[in-house]
Amino acid sequence: MAVEMRLPVARKPLSESVGRDTKKHLVVPGDTITTDTGFMRGHGTYMGEEKLIASVAGSVERVNKLICVKALKTRYNGEVGDIVVGRITERRRSAEDELAMRGFLQEGDLISAEVQAVFSDGAVSLHTRSLKYGKLGQGVLVQVSPSLVKRQKTHFHDLPCGASVILGNNGFIWIYPTPEHKEEDAGGFTANLEPVSLADREVISRLRNCIVSLVTQRMMLYDTSILYCYEASLPHQIKDLLKPEIMEEVVMETRQRLLEQEG
Amino acid sequence: MAGLELLSDQGYRVDGRRAGELRKIQARMGVFAQADGSAYIEQGNTKALAVVYGPHEIRGSRARALPDRALVNCQYSSATFSTGERKRRPHGDRKSCEMGLQLRQTFEAAILTQLHPRSQIDIYVQVLQADGGTYAACVNAATLAVLDAGIPMRDFVCACSAGFVDSTALADLSHVEEAAGGPQLALALLPASGQIALLEMDARLHEDHLEQVLEAAAQAARDVHTLLDHVVRQHVCEASVLLGD
Repeated sequence: MAVEMRLPVARKPLSESVGRDTKKHLVVPGDTITTDTGFMRGHGTYMGEEKLIASVAGSVERVNKLICVKALKTRYNGEVGDIVVGRITERRRSAEDELAMRGFLQEGDLISAEVQAVFSDGAVSLHTRSLKYGKLGQGVLVQVSPSLVKRQKTHFHDLPCGASVILGNNGFIWIYPTPEHKEEDAGGFTANLEPVSLADREVISRLRNCIVSLVTQRMMLYDTSILYCYEASLPHQIKDLLKPEIMEEVVMETRQRLLEQEG
Repeated sequence: MAGLELLSDQGYRVDGRRAGELRKIQARMGVFAQADGSAYIEQGNTKALAVVYGPHEIRGSRARALPDRALVNCQYSSATFSTGERKRRPHGDRKSCEMGLQLRQTFEAAILTQLHPRSQIDIYVQVLQADGGTYAACVNAATLAVLDAGIPMRDFVCACSAGFVDSTALADLSHVEEAAGGPQLALALLPASGQIALLEMDARLHEDHLEQVLEAAAQAARDVHTLLDHVVRQHVCEASVLLGD
């Protein structure tokens, strides 16, 4: 049996490997962002004595008249229209619920859904009213920080490498084999339990390791970044992708490609 | 018997500091990947680790949930190897409970709990090495951990201890100075507004001297704030460079 051991190494600050300086307005709690009362306050700020003060540590974002501070890591704040992936932990015990839903969704099921409404105390109400949502069958779940999932038009992606991915806004990412044919009549509540081929499983494992590498290097997750990372990782073995040096190398290459594509 | 001279004629303390001087502070945020927020701080030889989980759903009885704000739950623990003599400290003992309560009062004043109704925020602090000023180190570590978790706060909470010897107020007491038995005061401050989150003293001090000692503690807390501010900014700067976009 081959064993690999590593000795502890001093962490080098991650920004050394990235040679960019961004002119972002960084604030910490207690900092005054502005004394101009014309602005509307968004997340991460509060009003104190005629001044807008930051309540989290992060960068200030300004959209017209709205100022908010985006923290590095936050608990997920639901917004209407977000896609979330989650596991049912508890359900209402009412009569009509019994009749209607118990046949389809049980406790412990993993589902994808859309946020319908947000209550004042932060609770969100979800719906699976479209055929693309519903119970998730076989696949791999990766949990990341919600702040790393980029907001896009669609969060369901069929990647050309042979697997599909759902990027939940709550940080739960589901990787699954691309269904052969879209079953229009089945709806979203039957899970496909046919055995998944080895080739598909390898693709899914590689994607999972790529996502983990991107997260360790704190890169935003979206379909292009995941795809480029997958392509950059092909020369390496899947299990090698979890080693720090290889992670760095692969993510560096991904970053380069993304920069070239933008510029 | 000649007692230990806490303040020499030239104005130097036992460890060579001046009256108002702090010990060397080093801090780091994000030391645990599993927790929502974590931080480690060293103030001289006092070392404290803080871990924050939350905000999340109330664990245990739902009845404890507050309808309009979040519940802050703080637990303090001291490692058996933290003092000169190895001493087993059972989890629910009086000192731990009291410290936990004080930390809770401090953070309830600073965290914007109205933004997360019916949830719970857990703060766990552990002292790895105790060389005086353990409450202050715990508060400073917990502040950084709460910031790391992205939980909104009114302001930093910076704490420091202060004592009074030979009509001079000393800031940031070490264990030797605390053990000498003089009056000692612990102060937790919100620096931007100057508001006091917690002030604690259980010793005898003449009221004429109170203002002097309080001012020394407040100035020391503001100095701590300067350092913690620098640590947080650097951490945010590093992380935001990586995220790019």
